[in-house]
Amino acid sequence: MLNPYLKLNQKLFEETVELQPTRSGYGEGLVVLGDTNPNVVVLTADLSESTKCEKFAEKYPDRFFDVGVAEQNMATVAAGMGVTGKIPYISSYATFNPGRNWEQIRTTIVYNHSNVKIAGHHSGIMTGPDGATHQATEDIAITRCWPNIQVFVPCDAMEAKKATIQSAQIDGPVYLRFSRDKTPLITTEETPFDAKKIQTFWVSENPQTTIFATGYMLYYALLAAKELETEGIQVLVANVCAIKPIDGETIVTLAQKTGSIVSVEDHQVAGGLGGLIAEVLAKNLPTPMEFIGLQDTFGESGSPKELLEKYNMGKNAIKEAVKKVIARKK
Amino acid sequence: MLTAQEIITLELKANEVRKLIISTLLEAKSGHSAGPLGMSDIFTAFYFNILHHDPKNPEMEDRDRLILSNGHICPVRYVAMALAGYFPVDELKTLRKINSRLQGHPHRSALPGLETTSGPLGEGLSQSVGIALAAKMDKKKFYIYCLTSDGEHQEGNTWEAAMMAGKYKLSNLIQVVDRNDIQIDGTTEDVMPLEPFKAKYEAFNWATIEVDGNNISSFLDAVNAAKAIHDKPICIIADTIPGKGVSFMENNYTWHGKPPNADEAAKALAELQVIEETLKRELQ
Repeated sequence: MLNPYLKLNQKLFEETVELQPTRSGYGEGLVVLGDTNPNVVVLTADLSESTKCEKFAEKYPDRFFDVGVAEQNMATVAAGMGVTGKIPYISSYATFNPGRNWEQIRTTIVYNHSNVKIAGHHSGIMTGPDGATHQATEDIAITRCWPNIQVFVPCDAMEAKKATIQSAQIDGPVYLRFSRDKTPLITTEETPFDAKKIQTFWVSENPQTTIFATGYMLYYALLAAKELETEGIQVLVANVCAIKPIDGETIVTLAQKTGSIVSVEDHQVAGGLGGLIAEVLAKNLPTPMEFIGLQDTFGESGSPKELLEKYNMGKNAIKEAVKKVIARKK
Repeated sequence: MLTAQEIITLELKANEVRKLIISTLLEAKSGHSAGPLGMSDIFTAFYFNILHHDPKNPEMEDRDRLILSNGHICPVRYVAMALAGYFPVDELKTLRKINSRLQGHPHRSALPGLETTSGPLGEGLSQSVGIALAAKMDKKKFYIYCLTSDGEHQEGNTWEAAMMAGKYKLSNLIQVVDRNDIQIDGTTEDVMPLEPFKAKYEAFNWATIEVDGNNISSFLDAVNAAKAIHDKPICIIADTIPGKGVSFMENNYTWHGKPPNADEAAKALAELQVIEETLKRELQ
C-alpha cells in the first residue's frame, strides 16, 4: 500500500488523478523564489514557455534574461553572475543544457564553484513525438560524474516545485531534471521532502524485492507494485529524487531487507540510476538486480505510452523484471 | 596623465615581470612563453595603475574585476599579482607543481584574487558579461576588464557573448584582445582568418579602439578613452608582439606553448638585463 506516513495522493490510482508535467513545478518554484529571494535570476535560451520560465519573466523582467539560441553562452553568463552574488537558474532542454554546454558547465560552473542551478527539460523518451534528438537520455550520467554538484530528479510537479525552491538554499551547483509530458501527482503539499533521503512510497509486510525508481517513472513502479500485490507478490517501491549525493545507506538497508533490486528510470541504464545503485551494491552488498530503462539505444518519435511499451519500460516490463529478479535470489 | 618618469617606472616594472616569467617557466619546466611576455606591459598597466583593487583584501566588494579568458598565459598574471603583493614572489616557484595554488591554468578557488577559473578558450567574455549584468542589477560602479586572445575568437561562445554584450549595452565591460596574430598551429590568418576583426566587433554593436599593446602610455590612454564611452561595450584591440623582449622568441609561434631551457633562459635574462639598464639610464 501507499506509505501512509508520507501523505501521498490518495487519488493516485483513480482515473481522475490530476496530471501535471514536472516542468510546471519548476515554473511555480521559480515564482516563489522570485518573491522571496532578490538574488534569484532566470536565464533561458529561447525556450521560456516550454521550460516554464514565462511567469517569472512576466513578474520579474529585470531578473530574467533570454540569451537567444545559445546554451553555451547561457551557462557561462550565468557562471559570471553566480560568482557575483546572484543565484542563476538556467533553463533549456537537457540535450542542450547540460548536453551541448557540458564543458562550459564543467569548467565555469562546477569546477569554478559558481552558484548556478541547471534545469534540464524534456528528459527521457517520454518527451515523445519530437524524437531522439530532443529526448535527453544521458543527462544523469553526464552530471552525476562531476564532483561538487547535487543532482535532483523530481517524481512529480509537486516534488519538482519543492526541489526547485530547496535548490536555492544550496551553496553551489545543482542539476534539476524535468520532463515534458503530463504525469500523475504522486505527492501532496503535506508530503515531507527530504532531498537527502530515499523515501519508501510503497510498503508491504513481506517484500521480496525493492523497486528503486527516479522521476515520473515512479508512477509506473507504483502501478506495477499494486498489480503484483493482487498476484501475491509483495514489493517495496522507493523514490530516488536525489541522485547525488546518493543515500547509499537506505539502498543497502533495503537490499538487505528484500534480497533483490529493480531499478526504474527513463534514461540509459548505463550511468543512470541503475548504474548508480549497482555501484553502491557492488561495494557494500552484492545483490541480484534487474534494470528498467534504455538498454544502450536511442529513442524515437511516438506517444509516451507507445514508447514505454516498445522500449520495455512500462508497468508490465517492471512486473516481469520483478519476477525475474526474485527468481534469481538463492 | 602620467609623467614620463612614471611611465618609465611602469616600463621597468614590466621588464621585471618578464624576467620573473622566464625564471618561473624555467623552474616549472612546462608552460607558455610567448603570450605572457607579449602581455607583460598590459598586465603591468592593470596591476600597477588601472585597477581599483587591494592585494591585501582580494575580495573587496567594489574591486574592478580582471577576467583572464585565455588562462594559458597565467604566468604573467601570477607574476604581476606576486609583485603587486597578493602572495610572496617566492611562491612563483610552485607554478604547475603538486599542492600549488598556482595551477597550470588558473583556478578561482585555489588562489584569492582570481575572478574565474579559465583555460578552456572562449568562455571568459561571456562570464564577464554575466558579471557586468550582475553589477548593473546591483548598481555597482566597478569595471569589468576581460582579457582575451585573438585565437579564441574562433570559438563560437565568444561571439555569442559579444552579441549579448551589445544587446545590453554593457559599457561597464571593457575587453582587451591580445592581437598577437599567433596560435598553436601557426598564424591566426593562416589557421582561420579573423580579419576584418575591428569591423566584426563594430557589427556586433561594440565601440572599438586600436592600440599598441606594448606601449604602456598608449594603452593607458586607450583605457581612459574606453571609460569615456557610456552606451556600448568597448573592445580594445591591442597589437602585441608575442615573446616581446626576448629576440629569439618574438613573433615566433613555436614559442606559444613551451618554456625555455636553461641556456635559453640565460640568454633571455641577459637580453632583458640590457633593456633594464637602458630604462634605468633614461630614468636618471
